[in-house]
Amino acid sequence: MSDEKEKIHIFDRQENVDRLLKGFYAICILLVVLDLILHRHIGFVWEKLPAFYAIYGFVACVLLVVIAKKMRNVLMRGEDYYDE
Amino acid sequence: MSELPPFLLFFAAALLSAFTRGLPRQLILVATPVVAGLYLWQGISPGTDLAYSVMGYELQILRADKLSLLFGYLFCIASFFGAIYALHVKDTKQHIAGMTYAGSALGAVFSGDLITLFIFWELLAISSVFLIWARGTERALKAGMRYLVYQVLSGVLLLAGALVFYNQTGTLEFNHIGLEAGVAGWLIFIAFGIKCAFPFLHTWLTDGYPEATVTGTVFLSAFTTKVAVYSLARGFAGEEILVYIGVTMACFPIFYAVIENDLRRVLAYSLINQVGFMVTGVGIGTALALNGAVAHAFSDVIFKGLLFMSMGAVLYRVGNINGSDLGGLYKSMPKTTALCVIGALSISAFPLFSGFVSKSMVMTALMQENHGYFWLLMLFASAGVFHHAGIKIPYFAFFHHDSGIRTQEAPTNMLVAMSVAAFLCLFIGMQPQYLYALLPWEVDYWPYDVTHVLAQTQLLFFSALAFVWLNKQGLYPPELHSVNLDAEWFYRRLIPAGTHRTVNFLARAKASVVTTVTNQIQGAQAQFDKSPLAKYHLSESWPTGSMVFWISMILAFLLLDIFSLGLLA
Repeated sequence: MSDEKEKIHIFDRQENVDRLLKGFYAICILLVVLDLILHRHIGFVWEKLPAFYAIYGFVACVLLVVIAKKMRNVLMRGEDYYDE
Repeated sequence: MSELPPFLLFFAAALLSAFTRGLPRQLILVATPVVAGLYLWQGISPGTDLAYSVMGYELQILRADKLSLLFGYLFCIASFFGAIYALHVKDTKQHIAGMTYAGSALGAVFSGDLITLFIFWELLAISSVFLIWARGTERALKAGMRYLVYQVLSGVLLLAGALVFYNQTGTLEFNHIGLEAGVAGWLIFIAFGIKCAFPFLHTWLTDGYPEATVTGTVFLSAFTTKVAVYSLARGFAGEEILVYIGVTMACFPIFYAVIENDLRRVLAYSLINQVGFMVTGVGIGTALALNGAVAHAFSDVIFKGLLFMSMGAVLYRVGNINGSDLGGLYKSMPKTTALCVIGALSISAFPLFSGFVSKSMVMTALMQENHGYFWLLMLFASAGVFHHAGIKIPYFAFFHHDSGIRTQEAPTNMLVAMSVAAFLCLFIGMQPQYLYALLPWEVDYWPYDVTHVLAQTQLLFFSALAFVWLNKQGLYPPELHSVNLDAEWFYRRLIPAGTHRTVNFLARAKASVVTTVTNQIQGAQAQFDKSPLAKYHLSESWPTGSMVFWISMILAFLLLDIFSLGLLA
């Protein structure tokens, strides 16, 4: 093998990436469960929705990325646009 | 009571660093912020002031209260890790510029009147531009020029505002000004707004900062905008328009940050987003909100400095900071990666990290004042911060696919500087009472309760889930070599192109007029040539000499004539 010298790093193994993601999904589920058990103070009406922050965070970020992608159609130019 | 304004220490260091090299200079650069910080902490207590008079005006070069002292400590901390980070730099002018810049920031926050403030305001502009120019590229030179134009314009507006203010009120003292001060109020407000990177006035920041040197950007990110936040907090606390401006600042840059390729420019956009939280806090104007604004400035300088340092280390080692070309660097720069992740968690306001304990104050203040829709927008901005600064920065630089780049870990001095900042991020996050004790207004606030921690953790984890999901679906926009149009387009493209077109149009108009006239003359000539008169050559073939001869003959005749008339009379 030509890259004998190159050490195998932690995320070179797919199983490590999968493990990380599984742990991450588990925490997400745990957070929603906690939301149903623990009592949150309510400041605004919309906060009453179960797992409001989880839903809001997810939707906000999907919207952010979708809109930003659309913005590229209008705003994106070549790297040396201003240097021409 | 002490008689020495703290900025003098930095100016002395700037002077000394011009004449020293090697170890002595390194010692001066690191010792100055420490000495100045200790001096501020021990030697200057709230209420200290030092006045001087120039041309009959009583000016206050040192006015210390809890607000200015908080920023004073902060600037000493920032210049401390900034100086360590830049220890390997041999370029003398960068060290002089860095120390002068830090000193000017201290001078500005301790200024008791608008004229002294103006002087330091301009010094900030002039000293900082050298940190951009020192990069030495054509781009840096031009970006620095544009940066300087904005900064100087801000200074001119401040001076004009100060003079009108003096005319109206008879005082130059820098306390609450407010927009009710009319023209003076607005002039000063816009001057502060330029330095604060208000929307449409922000492009000097996203244009200039990413073009500065590796070490220069760390200094730049700490001082200018934070001096502006300080000035707004002192002069315009509670102006409602600031809430609108702040919310806009928090929201629009995150879209740009998602599609921007240059990772230091991503951080520049995220800097505006963070300043948006501070401006909103100042606009709300309650004690909690103002404390939140300045506390967030405190945490932001440290975590944003840390993030700029980690990206600077990548740029230093790899020579490139485009997200599209990086990836997999955790393999060769594991320590930088870990430190960057601490910065990323801090800016995202994870519980136990510094952003959490300061940003939550602004959010709570919005809730207390019943600004429901603004609160929702700021929550959106909070999720967005995590998305672009918390995940995107570390992910595209250090993880993602393996770009094949193998390099070395960052130099030791850079690692030390980043560790100092990372330690402070964690310390402030875990022991916020020490930061809270420094805050200028009396407020009883504690961020760690079930509601806050659970809400914030949910928000962040599900933002991350959105990132994972979008990536798995292939919906996440790839990093591309590109430029995204921003407000700078107006003056970098529209106006130059407009001028170019106008000049072209005028040139073409001139050409066509000349052609028309020439054609007319040629036409007339052609007509004449056809006519019988053309046979008579008139003067066409006469030598010039003969004309001179005949003219002198006429003159001689006239002369004789006049004489003869005179004699006869």
